[in-house]
Amino acid sequence: MKKTMTFAAALLAASVLGGMANAKTLVYCSEASPANFDPGTTTGGNDFDASSRTVYSRLVEFKHGGTEIEPGLADKWEISDDGLVYTFHLHPGVKFQTTDYFKPTRDLNADDVVFSFDRQFNKQNPWNGEKYLPNLTWDYYTGMDMPKYVAKWEKVDDLTVKLTLTEPNAPMLANLGMDFASIVSKEYADQLEKDGKMADFSTKPIGTGPFQFVDYQLDSVIRYAANPDYFKGKEKIDDLVFAITPDATARIQKVLAGECDVAPYPNPADIATIKANKDVTLMDQAGLNIGYMSYNTTIPPLDKPEVRHALNQAIDREALIKSLFQDAGATPAQNLIPPTMWSWNKAVKFDSYDPEAAKKVLADAGLKEIQLWASDRVRPYNPNFQRAAELIQADWAKVGVKAEIVNYEWTKYREEGKKKERPGAFQIGWTGDNGDPDNFFATLFACSAIGVSNYSSWCDKDFEDLIQKAKKTSDQGERTKLYEQAQEIFAKQAPAFLLAHSQVYAVVRNNVSGFKMDPLGIHRFDGVDKAE
Amino acid sequence: MLRYLLNKIALLIPTLVGITICAFAFVRLLPGDPILAMAGEHGVTPARYEELKEQFGYNLPIWEQYARYVGEVATGDFGVSISSKRPVLQEFKTLFPATLELSFFAMIFAMVIGIPAGIFAAVKRGSWFDQSLMGTALVGYSMPIFWWGLLLIIFFSGYLGWTPVSGRMGLQFFLRPITGFMTIDSLLYGKWDAFRSALSHLVLPAIVLGTIPLAVIARQTRSAMLEVLGEDYVRTARAKGLSAARVIGVHALRNALIPVVTTIGLQVGTLLAGAILTETIFAWPGIGKWMVDSIFKRDYVVVQSGLLLIALIVMAVNLIVDVLYAVINPRIRAA
Repeated sequence: MKKTMTFAAALLAASVLGGMANAKTLVYCSEASPANFDPGTTTGGNDFDASSRTVYSRLVEFKHGGTEIEPGLADKWEISDDGLVYTFHLHPGVKFQTTDYFKPTRDLNADDVVFSFDRQFNKQNPWNGEKYLPNLTWDYYTGMDMPKYVAKWEKVDDLTVKLTLTEPNAPMLANLGMDFASIVSKEYADQLEKDGKMADFSTKPIGTGPFQFVDYQLDSVIRYAANPDYFKGKEKIDDLVFAITPDATARIQKVLAGECDVAPYPNPADIATIKANKDVTLMDQAGLNIGYMSYNTTIPPLDKPEVRHALNQAIDREALIKSLFQDAGATPAQNLIPPTMWSWNKAVKFDSYDPEAAKKVLADAGLKEIQLWASDRVRPYNPNFQRAAELIQADWAKVGVKAEIVNYEWTKYREEGKKKERPGAFQIGWTGDNGDPDNFFATLFACSAIGVSNYSSWCDKDFEDLIQKAKKTSDQGERTKLYEQAQEIFAKQAPAFLLAHSQVYAVVRNNVSGFKMDPLGIHRFDGVDKAE
Repeated sequence: MLRYLLNKIALLIPTLVGITICAFAFVRLLPGDPILAMAGEHGVTPARYEELKEQFGYNLPIWEQYARYVGEVATGDFGVSISSKRPVLQEFKTLFPATLELSFFAMIFAMVIGIPAGIFAAVKRGSWFDQSLMGTALVGYSMPIFWWGLLLIIFFSGYLGWTPVSGRMGLQFFLRPITGFMTIDSLLYGKWDAFRSALSHLVLPAIVLGTIPLAVIARQTRSAMLEVLGEDYVRTARAKGLSAARVIGVHALRNALIPVVTTIGLQVGTLLAGAILTETIFAWPGIGKWMVDSIFKRDYVVVQSGLLLIALIVMAVNLIVDVLYAVINPRIRAA
């Protein structure tokens, strides 16, 4: 008997050690440190990669590598005919992660869902304010207009939750797939509140996602382990490590040296080196973004569509894109939304380069001088505002329009640029949040966005009616038609010069499989495997 | 000596007040509004903007914001980061050992090479070695850290594969920090391979950060040695028939080191400034990288308190150097 026990113990030790030796570790060289691990309170893509996409899950999820909505913690849902009531049915038996700082005693239920949202708007909830963390702003919850549309969240029974809206809002479902809508554990929150350690909620996260948090060394390394109880099945990699590496060149050198397996955002200048290396693959995808230049449509002569068209026609867009994006490449924009998004109208074509025609219209309109705005910041949709401004300035000079370049630091730039009285052409852009066309059309060109993010101060009744109607319609086929019409109006009215949709890149070692580029700009490691 | 020390400390008070004003004013002079920086491309409605301004206390008159800030700092409250919501002092304490460890090794590198090189150049004054050393020192002094760091990474880590690209230790080692100094912690855990990994990670950043101090120390040692070598007592020592090694090593070097010690002390400021770039390139989790990140985020609280904490350290080091100087050279005390 004793012998058997000894043998069993030896076997167990061998298997544990063997398991350790064979543990699959995937290292991701991330671009920045996360602010914290509570996705409701943060706004950066790097924050979300480190929290919501690893540790947490949501009621609905974006399809891996796409923007379509698929079931998450909710197996199914119903939307009432009037579009006001959403009923979600939760997947039974979903376990919260068990770690050395929290042992859950119950499965996920409706209380967790209600709590996850309630804490973001209810001032009476102790987790809404100072008691939890100082200076909380819940930026995404307010930024996505949730306070305006959500009337209440209710628990129907343990596995059923009801969301009532104040008015129909079709993008709501896509909003619930966003990072701020991650579902947290009420039991964990209650325990921390009782122990007087509420701040731990943002540094030691507990969720239902594919990986569980192990350790974070500030500004250096984040460690996760595969969640053994993950409701969609345990991941193939055992350990996930984020090595925080802010410099793009160092990040790429680390992948080439085998110190990390995946790294995002290479410098355009390094792309040729990466392509030449046989151990790594450069992955790319058209980003869910748009670079554009808003004309102030309220100040003559820019209030006339033909003048705006003429300015567009005077710009050699192909040369401009080539000069700005170089080897990284970008897709010239035909519409405000990128071609990967549903409802993109393929019949619409952006103004073609025709300086001769432009010259005449601009001379007739008497446009001789214009302000052209540029900032110092590198954005995914425009790597160099200043260079773009100089090239456009040269093109406009050829048609007799003298452009004066106006420069401001990035935050000041947007502060000045959004003012209704700001003259001229203002370079800006957008990266989508949730894959819904409303997130582009309404956010950037709704009448209500004037003074906030409608830099053209453009308010067109027909366009407005269409996008507002689309917002209230749940049927996607019908919404598609409405957005297609809206794009025709946009093309006709030309409130902006459309530049391009840029590519987003990641570098992946060849022994990694299952990693997908994501149009929303997130980096997910569920479904990823690594060969030894 | 006590009087000398008290005098020095008294002089620090106006400096300290000046630093709080500078730290407070500089972040506010930076263009860009922290609330808009937080809102990103989404923008923020005017009503919400006002609400947030009040929440963060930015609606108060500027002098009141300053008074509040000084009051808090005086009681040891350095505030809470706007972005991470963690206490600034706690973040500083976590990150500072990394900067200290890097600066320490950079300084060792600068001294171990800089002092002998300076001595040798002085002894062989005018030789090709002297000429090329001084030329190289000038290059080292004027080289942009950012370019130098990336060049070393691409050559030694990328091309030759001799050193790790960045970070503080191989990721296979998972040690929860005890002191925060990886070289010490790995030894405390008894892990030799982790210790070797920590050392190998220090090589490139220490060279990059140590290059400017190395150039300064080499030049300073050379000129101090030249001065001393011309003194009467050195000539006397030589005349007495002492060996060249003894003349240089004992009689000349000890006296030449006095200005060199001061130079080394003054290089602490240079090291902390250089750490900002070096840490960013090498993903070194220290206070330099922390400050850069915070400036980009317009995290006023971290920037102004971080500046103050760094200034306090530089002041403390300078005070220690002054005291050491007085110990080495008693004439200073009377002056």
